[in-house]
Amino acid sequence: MTSASVYWLQQILNALQLGSIYALIALGYSLVYGILTMINFAHGDVFMVGGFLCFLAATLLGLPFVPTLLLTMTATAGLGVIIERMAYKPLRNAPRVSAIITALGVGLFLENLTLAFYPYPQHVPPLLLNVTWRLGGLALSSLQLIVISLSLTLMLVLDYVVRRTMVGLAMRAISWDKTYVPLMGVPVNLIISITFAIGAGLAGAAGTMYSLAYPVIDPYMGIMVGWKAFIAAVVGGIGTIRGAMIGAYILGGVEIIVVALLPSTYRDLVVFSLLLALIVIRPHGILGAPRAQKV
Amino acid sequence: MSAALLKHWQRAMDWRWLLPVLLAGGLVVAFAIPHFRLLNNYVQLVLICVGINIILATSLNLVNGYMGEFSLAHAGFMAVGAYSSALLSMKVLPVVTHPALFHLAVLAGGLVTALLGLLVALPSFKVRGDYLAIITLAFLMIVKSALENIDAVGGPRGISGIPRLTTLPWVFCWTAALVWLIRNFVYSSYGRGVLAIREDEIASDLMSVDTRRVKILAFMLSAFCAGIAGALFAHLLQFISPRVFDIVKTTEILIMVYLGGIASIGGSILGATLYTVLLELLRPSTVAALLSWLPAVVFNPLNEYFIRHLGMLRMIIMPLALVMVMLYWPRGILGMREFRGFIPLGDRWPPPAVRPRGADVA
Repeated sequence: MTSASVYWLQQILNALQLGSIYALIALGYSLVYGILTMINFAHGDVFMVGGFLCFLAATLLGLPFVPTLLLTMTATAGLGVIIERMAYKPLRNAPRVSAIITALGVGLFLENLTLAFYPYPQHVPPLLLNVTWRLGGLALSSLQLIVISLSLTLMLVLDYVVRRTMVGLAMRAISWDKTYVPLMGVPVNLIISITFAIGAGLAGAAGTMYSLAYPVIDPYMGIMVGWKAFIAAVVGGIGTIRGAMIGAYILGGVEIIVVALLPSTYRDLVVFSLLLALIVIRPHGILGAPRAQKV
Repeated sequence: MSAALLKHWQRAMDWRWLLPVLLAGGLVVAFAIPHFRLLNNYVQLVLICVGINIILATSLNLVNGYMGEFSLAHAGFMAVGAYSSALLSMKVLPVVTHPALFHLAVLAGGLVTALLGLLVALPSFKVRGDYLAIITLAFLMIVKSALENIDAVGGPRGISGIPRLTTLPWVFCWTAALVWLIRNFVYSSYGRGVLAIREDEIASDLMSVDTRRVKILAFMLSAFCAGIAGALFAHLLQFISPRVFDIVKTTEILIMVYLGGIASIGGSILGATLYTVLLELLRPSTVAALLSWLPAVVFNPLNEYFIRHLGMLRMIIMPLALVMVMLYWPRGILGMREFRGFIPLGDRWPPPAVRPRGADVA
């Protein structure tokens, strides 16, 4: 292989890793939006809490990778349910803006609370033995493979849950109609809580993998990663599961290409400009269907 | 409030010269404070911040409250005003020798920002609700990362050494003028159009409201005010960097607006004042000054505790307060209501006891 093609192959791998993490977070945005048509702006900070929980489990409890991952996912799922029950549920019939503002407030609260405990960036210890294989000029790390394959597995499981199980059926029913579905015996509150738990659990998994792949974590890391994942969800068509995955990999690819070609400070500029262009041209995203507005 | 007290309050508020007298009094006080050193520099600084925040909250309320959109771009507008006026006053205008030219720089900052407000208004013709919020967010991020990448304005390091020209009396004048401008806009026929768009855009279009023109005007006016606030802010801080104008700044302004109450100018003034003053009161040095009358045995450990923890606590209390306000007081303090003195005489209910001059001629 020529060195240029090896270089780009390497970039594709990096893009897949970044895109996988974005996808896990974007799914949480998309799930919640699909059911409640609400942008859960605190989601990026749940991801950040996941990163810090992974750090805690690894340093304080000294757990290996798999228990750390499970513990983090469970804890963030619980956090998601608590946030939903305490902050969003009372506002379900309030104007949409109130819920958005509350979400912003919850996010800021999580950031500052973490900041109170960890004012400085923390180094996450390596939980996994990181082996790097060299194939030609290509550096293939075991961590990268684990991140990509684990994310893909989680996404496949989620896709199965949403499409093939009763819970998934109930979720899709609630996103379709909120007036008559409860009359059919669907436990709306339970299903919404489950949705938040799934979304937050995926964000926790993303936080764990992010803090292992990029091992310096700080309380504000959730803002930028969260917004990017949100963009990914919008690009793919917010409210659709597969759209969020596609959007996340597109975003990961665009970011890696921009960084490879331009100074890395242009990354956000390009990404947000693309988002702006996309929303003006195709507001419902790649896979989303435009919702008819009732007059 | 008891009925009799309410009646007295209404009668006092219906006095025609109330606002002019209040404004003139405020102006005299604002000029007297620095001239006779009535208050120390710190309190003056807090008052200046209150003024700037009032401009920010009132102008954001125009878009988020009266028009019912959800804009997150306000910190971006502020950044544009701050940068353009700072560049003007440092590179172009000889403000050091002629301090009066400072106001030209501030005005220019506002006008440049108004042009950018037009850019945000254009997508709002097609896109509403969540997606408009995303567009304004993207705008904020683009402004921030564009400023970080332009070396002529210092890149991520920002601009330092801006002359400090923002003083209390001038902030008072700018605040009063801009609040007056927004208040008149809200009660003009364009303002009725803004309210109509919030209630139902399609219906208001049918009722011959020129929705595009109203949206452009509202966004541009809101951006103009934010730009001026940014310009005043830059000449107060003397140092600006893209980092100052991020999403956290927008969130702060949102808190002021929603704490005070949407669609209410009096509410925005109240929200901005409360938020700024309360946050300052939670500073360790302020708390120490307030508690200094305590005996040393009690005071010293308390003071030590506050110095160590209060800085973090106030950052935790602030977002928690926002969530609480949204949960238990979703309309804010004065939501959808207005300070009676701001409402035009003919619109007040119950109508003023003394009819406005000229009313009985018709």
